[in-house]
Amino acid sequence: MESTEDLVSISVTVNGRRYADQVEPRWLLAYWLRDRLGLTGTHVGCDTSQCGVCTVILNGQAVKSCTILAVQADNGTVLTVEGLAQDGTLHPVQAAFSEAHGLQCGFCTPGAEMLAVALLEENPHPTEAEIREALDGLLCRCTGYQHIVQAVALAAERKGRGA
Amino acid sequence: MIPERFRYHRARSLDEALDLVAQAPGQARILAGGHSLIPLMKLRLAQPQWVIDVEEVAELRGIREEGEVLHIGAMTRYRELMTDPLVARDAPLLALAARRVGDLQVRNRGTVGGALCHADPAADLPAAALASDAELELRSRRGQRRVALGDFLQGPLTTDLKPDEVLVAIHVPRRPGWGVAYQKFPHPASGYAVVGVAAAIAAESGRVARVCLGVTGVGPRAYRAAASEERLVGTGLDPEVLRAASAVVTDGIAVNHDQFASAEYRRHLAATYAERALAAAWAAIQA
Ligand SMILES: Cc1cc2nc3c(=O)[nH]c(=O)nc-3n(C[C@H](O)[C@H](O)[C@H](O)COP(=O)(O)OP(=O)(O)OC[C@H]3O[C@@H](n4cnc5c(N)ncnc54)[C@H](O)[C@@H]3O)c2cc1C
Ligand code: FES
Ligand code: FES
Repeated sequence: MESTEDLVSISVTVNGRRYADQVEPRWLLAYWLRDRLGLTGTHVGCDTSQCGVCTVILNGQAVKSCTILAVQADNGTVLTVEGLAQDGTLHPVQAAFSEAHGLQCGFCTPGAEMLAVALLEENPHPTEAEIREALDGLLCRCTGYQHIVQAVALAAERKGRGA
Repeated sequence: MIPERFRYHRARSLDEALDLVAQAPGQARILAGGHSLIPLMKLRLAQPQWVIDVEEVAELRGIREEGEVLHIGAMTRYRELMTDPLVARDAPLLALAARRVGDLQVRNRGTVGGALCHADPAADLPAAALASDAELELRSRRGQRRVALGDFLQGPLTTDLKPDEVLVAIHVPRRPGWGVAYQKFPHPASGYAVVGVAAAIAAESGRVARVCLGVTGVGPRAYRAAASEERLVGTGLDPEVLRAASAVVTDGIAVNHDQFASAEYRRHLAATYAERALAAAWAAIQA
């Protein structure tokens, strides 16, 4: 098995909390979040960089956590779906997904919501085409995307009204 | 899927990165955006003993004007190419191609250096960089050298990069006022180019003064379609000339074929997309 000298120390702020750990360099960020931190909201779908279900926000940008090593996140800031709700209140994007039926089975939803959060952060008033472009890297087997797009639009509209 | 074990080193400077690759030539891989290397390592098609992360190497970053050329650091991400004002002014073709790469998450990570050193024969950036006459700045403990991208790209996933070398930056001639376009037929599943054509045209009194045509997805490596270029210089790009020049865009190329597209279909797509890219680049000058 690996000797301790092969382990690397990392320190990553996840959902506002700092985690220090010793990791094998080959561990992927998705697995570190799920298996070491117990943050299983980040799902692994394809595990081959295609589906975007594992998307988290690393240093402000949406990334596929199955295609990033945990060591690459060292000194970084990660936001996962668990970090969206505050004090039991859903994040506006989550509330909009719930109300606009932006999900069916819910498997892709963490990735979809993180993409939506990243989009609205950068572009608070996206057009429908811009929403679809932002969701290009997400595969949903259920919804046909229509309701996901509507949910993101609803979140944007509310945000615009300062709700 | 978990990669085979490897040792990880985050280089803090170019010197450190060069020392590390020189110590373990052939055993060490540079990690840039990781969006080609990590999938390969997960599939265990790549099993480097050392992975040298260059995320923090300042010498590989930055986009700046250097006289006649634009210096673009190897760690420049697609996302930056798409939004950088100097690129928009002097080398907009690179931004057009970057915009067509993969999806948002891929563009947030993938880099110029990674795309060119990986040399996927269906990657977008190589076509645009060839049509921009990009030159590569390579460094090793042995020194520095410059090489034209057309000489650097040798075959599928094969380049002239030596095991102890690091790509520092690319240099592209600044070409404000040129008309540029990138036309891509993406594979419906992978998103890579079945065919991608990058066109750049400079006009003088209504005639084509210079034209550069870069093609990807079609052959074993991205290439410049010299036969097409020759037929266009000095013309007013009338429809017949355009069609005739586009028809020879695959001349001398061993055209790829796979389950999705036969060689014949690819040849047809290449001619059609060359015609569209040239017409769009020409229209962009007149606009
Ligand atoms: C889902 C998905 C879809 C994609 N779709 C497309 C697409 O449509 N079009 C397209 O063109 N590409 C596509 N890509 C590939 C993407 O563009 C990669 O990011 C790119 O090919 C490699 O860049 P990177 O920075 O990620 O490099 P890495 O993966 O980090 O490195 C790639 C190779 O280059 C070497 N290398 C990197 N930088 C240097 C350097 N400075 N000096 C020396 N060697 C270096 C590495 O050692 C490695 O061998 C896709 C990738 C994914 C995961
Ligand atoms: S699990 Fe990461 S992209 Fe599918
Ligand atoms: S809701 Fe089921 S995969 Fe998207």
